[in-house]
Amino acid sequence: MASGHEHVLPGTHAVAGHGASAHDDHAHHNPNLQHHFYSMEQQLEASTFGMWVFLVTEIMFFGGMFMVYILYRHLYPDAWMHGSNHLDVTLGALNTGVLICSSLTMVLAVRAAQVSSRKGQIVNLILTILFGATFLVVKYFEYAEKFHHNLVPGPHFNAPTAEFPAGIITDPTHDPLHQQLFFSIYFMLTGVHAAHMIVGIGIMLVILAMAIRGKFDASYYTPVEVSGLYWHFVDVVWIFLFPLLYLLGAHVSAAHGG
Amino acid sequence: MSSAHITPVRTYVATFVALLILTAITYLVALRDFGVLNTPIALAVAFLKASLVVIFFMGLRHNTPLTKVTAIAGFFWLLILFGITLSDYATRGWLGVPGR
Repeated sequence: MASGHEHVLPGTHAVAGHGASAHDDHAHHNPNLQHHFYSMEQQLEASTFGMWVFLVTEIMFFGGMFMVYILYRHLYPDAWMHGSNHLDVTLGALNTGVLICSSLTMVLAVRAAQVSSRKGQIVNLILTILFGATFLVVKYFEYAEKFHHNLVPGPHFNAPTAEFPAGIITDPTHDPLHQQLFFSIYFMLTGVHAAHMIVGIGIMLVILAMAIRGKFDASYYTPVEVSGLYWHFVDVVWIFLFPLLYLLGAHVSAAHGG
Repeated sequence: MSSAHITPVRTYVATFVALLILTAITYLVALRDFGVLNTPIALAVAFLKASLVVIFFMGLRHNTPLTKVTAIAGFFWLLILFGITLSDYATRGWLGVPGR
């Protein structure tokens, strides 16, 4: 990968196998070094590269859904503007802050591993998990509110409720028919994102268990590093979801958000 | 053994503060009507925030050239996806013939 490695080529390694240098190599051999890598450095670089290749597939995965968003927003701008106005911008902003906090604690957990601080890893990983859980709890309340107001796509979309006897979307110029499409895409994008958060919390629980057992230090912290990359990526997705879903219609003032 | 570039905590905290400030800015801007400019402003701030996360939190600046190219290629392919799809939908109707 990167130039400048002082590794021995496989062919020459066999020849040098009887020399003193080979014995030194063996003495310094890290038990966490897999046999198919030359050095811990190369192992970390290869793992980081592999994680980025996976993240590129994730970019394309989310990209397809963003494409659907762009296309239908282009076709039904009114439905998008007024549909967005039904989302709670304050909760969206709060969750953005929560995820930024979790990214900070995540990166501090990786740093703690780099300086061989077991306590630092444990504290920061627990905080990361708690911030992730906070995000999901806020998301739960947002989803519950949408169900309560009949804003979930399906036969009961915009159906009358005690609070809104004529349905929550009353103005026909707000394109209630295609607002259903907006909410389909809202639930799809935020739902897939939330699924990634749940997977991320699961990964962090495993990393936490490994950190508690003292698996990571300055010489070996690859799993913390690559899981951190995943966590930050999920944060980046939300950084785009927040303006596209929540901020889009925030300036539209309406009596009841119709 | 490790080639880690150990970044000072203050760099991470500065990135964190910058992300929070940008979130506050984009939130306050979104409450005002700038006409067609609302979305471009919000997306510009989002790109800036995403870049901060990728460069500092994900540490892309310390990665190998191969990894950097891979990350950039991901966003480049995304633009190809958007570009080609929109070149289809945006140009439908240019020819006033059935089955266009």
